Amino acid sequence: MPKIKIPKHSPSIDMTPMVDLAFLLVTFFMLTASFRSNEPVDVEPPSSISDKIIPENVLLVTIDKGGRVFMNLKEAEARRELLQNMSAKYKIGFSEKQYETFAGMSSFGCTMKELPGYIDMGAEERKKYETKGIPSDSTNNQLKDWIFYGNIASLNSGKTAYEEAKAKGDKPEINDFKPKFILKVDGQAVYVHAQNVINVFRDLHLNNLNFVTSAEATPK
Amino acid sequence: MADMGESGGGHEGKGKKRAKKSSTRIDMTPMVDLGFLLLTFFVMTSTFSKPKVMSLVYPAKIEDPTPPDQPKINNAITFLLSEDKIYYYAGQYYSKGNKEGKPATELEETTFGPNGLRKLLADRNAYVIRKKEGLDEKLKKKQIQDTTYERTLIDYKKHKEALKVLVKTDDKATCKNFIDLIDELKIAQIGVIAPVDLLASELELIKAKK
Repeated sequence: MPKIKIPKHSPSIDMTPMVDLAFLLVTFFMLTASFRSNEPVDVEPPSSISDKIIPENVLLVTIDKGGRVFMNLKEAEARRELLQNMSAKYKIGFSEKQYETFAGMSSFGCTMKELPGYIDMGAEERKKYETKGIPSDSTNNQLKDWIFYGNIASLNSGKTAYEEAKAKGDKPEINDFKPKFILKVDGQAVYVHAQNVINVFRDLHLNNLNFVTSAEATPK
Repeated sequence: MADMGESGGGHEGKGKKRAKKSSTRIDMTPMVDLGFLLLTFFVMTSTFSKPKVMSLVYPAKIEDPTPPDQPKINNAITFLLSEDKIYYYAGQYYSKGNKEGKPATELEETTFGPNGLRKLLADRNAYVIRKKEGLDEKLKKKQIQDTTYERTLIDYKKHKEALKVLVKTDDKATCKNFIDLIDELKIAQIGVIAPVDLLASELELIKAKK
């Protein structure tokens, strides 16, 4: 009986196209990625048709579902100056290491008393930390001070950036370097919470505010 | 296993040649592993679209202890927001039994859908929308500059025939309601938007409506 010759196919598959595709995608994501910063709260902003992207040099106030208030300054230099001013105002000392950490942190939300301990925590610990946010009620309006000194610090850092750009020989627009005030509110949060924060801004004569929104198609 | 190159079919009998051929094959499995690991990492960490911002200018606070009279604005509409509900009245607010002898303001309800709010605003703000269409046309034909376009549009939005909007919220309205409303106002090309405080009598009206 003649043997039936079964061609011996190796069970392997040619993976080359797959590898090609995988690396193509990797390259794409690497180039387009803008990393999500490690915020202590997750907030889902509502959507709008606005197509203005978030500007540079911002002072961001986040309000979560329960109305807790968090604040963030993007510029590291400005953050350091802000903390120095706040430290002088509330007479709470910070070590050089704490200044260093604070300058590199993302949003923070706690009282001034809790702040030194808050800075010493790790990013994950901070996320789990039970905080009531920055107090913004009329008897203990720490948010007002944060925004007031934050504004000054960002104005200064904006000015330095403007001078630098000017020295480079560009023709910078001074308005691009002024601090912008951004509110990031959770869609489910009651508007009254946002209103409190907005009133703090208005008390400081900062009336031009921006709301963070996710993009939505413009209806025709 | 991953293979590179063809697996030879015909020359299987000759041992020497076969040995040479197998040397060109590279095991790609670790590379694939790494590729997908990186892919997963970037997919998970990247945010696709940068969040956008919507700017809104609030009226300056007046440092005057006595509250001013109701602002007299022509062609205004006031929206009152409550828990996922939206009420409005046109013109000025008249309380019951007012001195002017005008009938008391009554609230009307509308919805966030395209047939509710959007239609209402498009009708009321027809002046600006019509003017904007004319401007768009001109801009397309390059008869006017970008800057002129924007300046003229702002002028139209401030015109006395353009609709002005006051936004009031009660304590149950969510931020989503508020942003949605502002969004609709921006779609309808409304230039003057003023978020103001709710009057106690207006709150009564909302409660009565529910």
